[in-house]
Amino acid sequence: MIPVTFDYVRAESVNEAIQQLKDSDGEGKVLAGGHSLLPLMKMRLTEPQVLIDITGIDALKEVRKEGDRLIVGALNTHREVSIHPDIKEHIPLVAETARQIGDIQIRNKGTMGGNIVHADSAADLPAAAFVLDAEVLITNEFGEQAMGIDSFILGPLITMMPEDSIVTGVSFQIPPTHTKSTYLKYFHPASGYPVVGVAAVAGTDSNGNIDFVRVGITGAGDVAFRATSVEEELLGKAPSEAVIKEASKLAADDGEMGSDLFASPEYRENLCKVYTERALKSILL
Amino acid sequence: MSKVVGTSVKRKEDSRLLTGNGRYSDDIVLPGMLHATVVRSTSAHAKIKKIHVEEALNHPNVVAVYTGKDLEGKVGPVPTSWYVPGCNLKEPPQYPLAIDRVRYVGDGVALVIADDRYAVKDAAELIEVEYEELPAVVGQKEAMKEDAPLLHDDIENNIALQWKAGEIPEGVMENAEVVVKESFYVQRVFPSPIEPRAAVAQYNPGSGELTLWCSSQNPHIHRMVLAEVLGISEAKFQVIAPDIGGGFGGKIGVYPDEALVAFASREIGKPVKWIEERSEHYTAANAGRDEIIEVELAGKKDGTLEAIHVKNTANLGAYLSTMGAGVSTIDFGMMITGTYDIPYAACETTGVYTNTTPTDAYRGAGKPESTYQIERIVDLFAREVGMDPVELRKKNFVKKEAFPYQNAQGLLYDSGDYEKPLNKALETLNYEELRKEQERKRKEGKLMGIGFSTYVEMCGFGPSEVVGAVGFQGGTWENSTVRVHPSGKVTVFCGTSPHGQGHDTTFSQVVADKLGIPIEDIEFVFSDTKSVSMGWGTYGSRSTAVGGAAVSFAADRVVEKAKKIAAHELEVAEEDVEFENGTFSVKGVPGKERAFKDIAHSANMAWNLPEGMEPSLEAQYFFKPENFVFPFGTHVAVVEVDKDTGEIDLQRYVCVDDVGTVINPLTAEGQVHGGVAQGVGQALWEGAVYNDNGQLVSGTLMDYTLPKARFFPTIESDFTETPSPVNPLGAKGVGEVGTTASIAAAMNAVVDALSVYGVTDVEMPLTPEKVWKVIQEKEGNQ
Repeated sequence: MIPVTFDYVRAESVNEAIQQLKDSDGEGKVLAGGHSLLPLMKMRLTEPQVLIDITGIDALKEVRKEGDRLIVGALNTHREVSIHPDIKEHIPLVAETARQIGDIQIRNKGTMGGNIVHADSAADLPAAAFVLDAEVLITNEFGEQAMGIDSFILGPLITMMPEDSIVTGVSFQIPPTHTKSTYLKYFHPASGYPVVGVAAVAGTDSNGNIDFVRVGITGAGDVAFRATSVEEELLGKAPSEAVIKEASKLAADDGEMGSDLFASPEYRENLCKVYTERALKSILL
Repeated sequence: MSKVVGTSVKRKEDSRLLTGNGRYSDDIVLPGMLHATVVRSTSAHAKIKKIHVEEALNHPNVVAVYTGKDLEGKVGPVPTSWYVPGCNLKEPPQYPLAIDRVRYVGDGVALVIADDRYAVKDAAELIEVEYEELPAVVGQKEAMKEDAPLLHDDIENNIALQWKAGEIPEGVMENAEVVVKESFYVQRVFPSPIEPRAAVAQYNPGSGELTLWCSSQNPHIHRMVLAEVLGISEAKFQVIAPDIGGGFGGKIGVYPDEALVAFASREIGKPVKWIEERSEHYTAANAGRDEIIEVELAGKKDGTLEAIHVKNTANLGAYLSTMGAGVSTIDFGMMITGTYDIPYAACETTGVYTNTTPTDAYRGAGKPESTYQIERIVDLFAREVGMDPVELRKKNFVKKEAFPYQNAQGLLYDSGDYEKPLNKALETLNYEELRKEQERKRKEGKLMGIGFSTYVEMCGFGPSEVVGAVGFQGGTWENSTVRVHPSGKVTVFCGTSPHGQGHDTTFSQVVADKLGIPIEDIEFVFSDTKSVSMGWGTYGSRSTAVGGAAVSFAADRVVEKAKKIAAHELEVAEEDVEFENGTFSVKGVPGKERAFKDIAHSANMAWNLPEGMEPSLEAQYFFKPENFVFPFGTHVAVVEVDKDTGEIDLQRYVCVDDVGTVINPLTAEGQVHGGVAQGVGQALWEGAVYNDNGQLVSGTLMDYTLPKARFFPTIESDFTETPSPVNPLGAKGVGEVGTTASIAAAMNAVVDALSVYGVTDVEMPLTPEKVWKVIQEKEGNQ
């Protein structure tokens, strides 16, 4: 568990970090919380020649509201995300998700940006990111661009991240105020990652019919996905145990189920259904 | 001063360890120290065609690279320490590095020594090994088949041993009213100490002396075995076990790696350090269990048990580990009747070599497996004859009046009162109410289960003659020296080797009461072969029952001598002197007294000692117990199973253990908690998995589930005290009881919950998916 030799530099600004990335000729990696990167380095699965530490860039810790979106700076730790008053007020789903990531040490060090850019297939945040139409804010020498989460994450540990860029933040759509949300997670007993994690936001109109519903599922397969079949089934209906149960049967339809020592695709499919049903019941009934 | 034995004295060790002031092997830094790493086989079974070491040798930090061939004639094979007789035991040589063939993933292939801990890992990556792959076999049943690949050419069918004990007269099984059969797999698990293995060796080229610090549970055994392997005199070889982050049996074994580090230091003439990595630990350190146990229990319809027949097929891994032959035979097979008065018993064990990491003792070593089979099968028997499992247990318990009781396999249980902890547990549980709740829940379609385990285990290794007769290469008596300094402060030496148990505290309590001095005045020295004359280490819950007893006897000898000096100074006959709370006084003459520390001073100065008495105040005692000790108790798990997901909610865990006289309830409870976590861990979460090619697929803590504190409810732990007559403390053993008892308790609870479907077994660990599939299948059939 000892990495190969590497250099370490600190960046004082986003521009400096980008310059250092350019200087590294593709051999540099950005270090924030390090909770995904360092284990990979210790197992020698990745061997960057230089680590560019961005933790001193205060600008990346901002949280700000822009219209109907809330922008969370990339360097906010999971702990900070879970207690931030603006996040709790506008996108409580994200705060609730962050609270369930890893353990307390991980939450104290791991960051929003690092989590998203690492794109672990079993990370918690992508479920909420899919549900809240997240955009990943990416900066390079040519400026900043926003990329939708579904086009950013291509597969496990694979993203559309351009060269010599850093993630500066994640922008989430603030859901309508009459909705409720929840993140229901089935913990892998060894790793603490979700075997299945269901993020749901839903609300009803004045007639009692569902007028907003979003379901995102992470952990079950290679990438997180929106369970749009469930959403379509529910929209316009009055919520009841039977209606939710029926709709939840479609929970695995929009994603590919994965497999590991702990859970087969068949079992994951069942978990998607059961956890979707339970999540939706908790916010709609 | 009030007595401290029996009180919850806080651990003396904790402030040091918790503030980062412990001194573990990795904290040892010596001038000129080099670093070692072992290149390990990535193949489960292969011929070594060639090892390319040139590139590694050219690495600027590398001092030396050794392969198996380089070691020939310099380091011998590492032998087992348990030659179980009468079982046709076949021990293949285990060389410190594989010579021409690797037999498991993790088998050592080359040793790299460099002057930098990081660089040695880089250099190891430069070594290329050319293998010619051979077919591998992973399971013990598969390895015994005629067409299975052979691990060792001269060992037929890979069978290492075939052992039998006990006999059931013809007709008993055949004519029994009821026979219940089941096959249980007690899966392979990892002991998982928080500190992996470690060794630092320092050879002194001038004196020829070798010092080895290593993370060992038994430094004297390490010295004895490695002296032979290295061809060095025990008198020139010091083994020290510094602070240790847990062992759980995994650090009993004398490993090739420790021999390698010592060899390299001797060869190069500089200190060498080797610290095992976590993932390396899981392929290279001994694992536990891996036994397939087939049980038949015969009895009457009224619930009377008559005979038990057990077949154990044990996976020993690729080589015979230090205690490898004993775990599934002696440790397991002598205890198969458990707490029950079953007249006839027979056990047949077959030990098998496979292309996996060797297995060895793991917390309980054979006794958890033995308890598991009897406690599981007794539950199934109760179900078969329509009795409550508690009622059936009570009916068949060895009765209180029967002790000392000889079980069907010939072991003499020292003392016991099996109903006492059971009744206490039933009271804590409010058992009748709990069964009613279960009935109510079942009507609501919920799956609630209650599981019992009323265990007894063999601890306190052990009576030397018996241990010798069963082939263990050790004396297993214990030794202690109590040395009283002129100030009255005391240093105590003891041959057991604590690694988390808290003996510094509990043994100090024993000495404090004996000498009437505060605990703060007592320091212990363990785990150093140069300071402690001889000892057999810490395993098999032996330390208090054997080592603690030696401490107690040695302290008695000190008092005996001190009393003579006191009588001399007080000018009275020895019989007139009383010793109480650290003061020698004259019977009937108030005020005429001497404090213990006064006598300590007198003895050490020797200005005025009784005629012919040797100076100083120091005594040694070698204690050889007459028998093992047999702790017992009742563990109960209450679970509810989620029908939709198969998740198991462990709602309550109640245990009442009888470990004889409890010296420190706080540390005893701590031992029970840890033991329960590892036992329930085996039942519900842990499991080492190899694929068919012999690759370990559960090789990191991302896949291998170690239980976490949040998985458990409050463990409701209590004790009853039935002293052991085997030692003066009345103590039995507490380190392993939690593990021994809890595997069956947890499993019985889940099987009880699933009994509505007629389920009799689900293979451990009970992952939610397995449970869910059982429910799916049964619900689908209804």
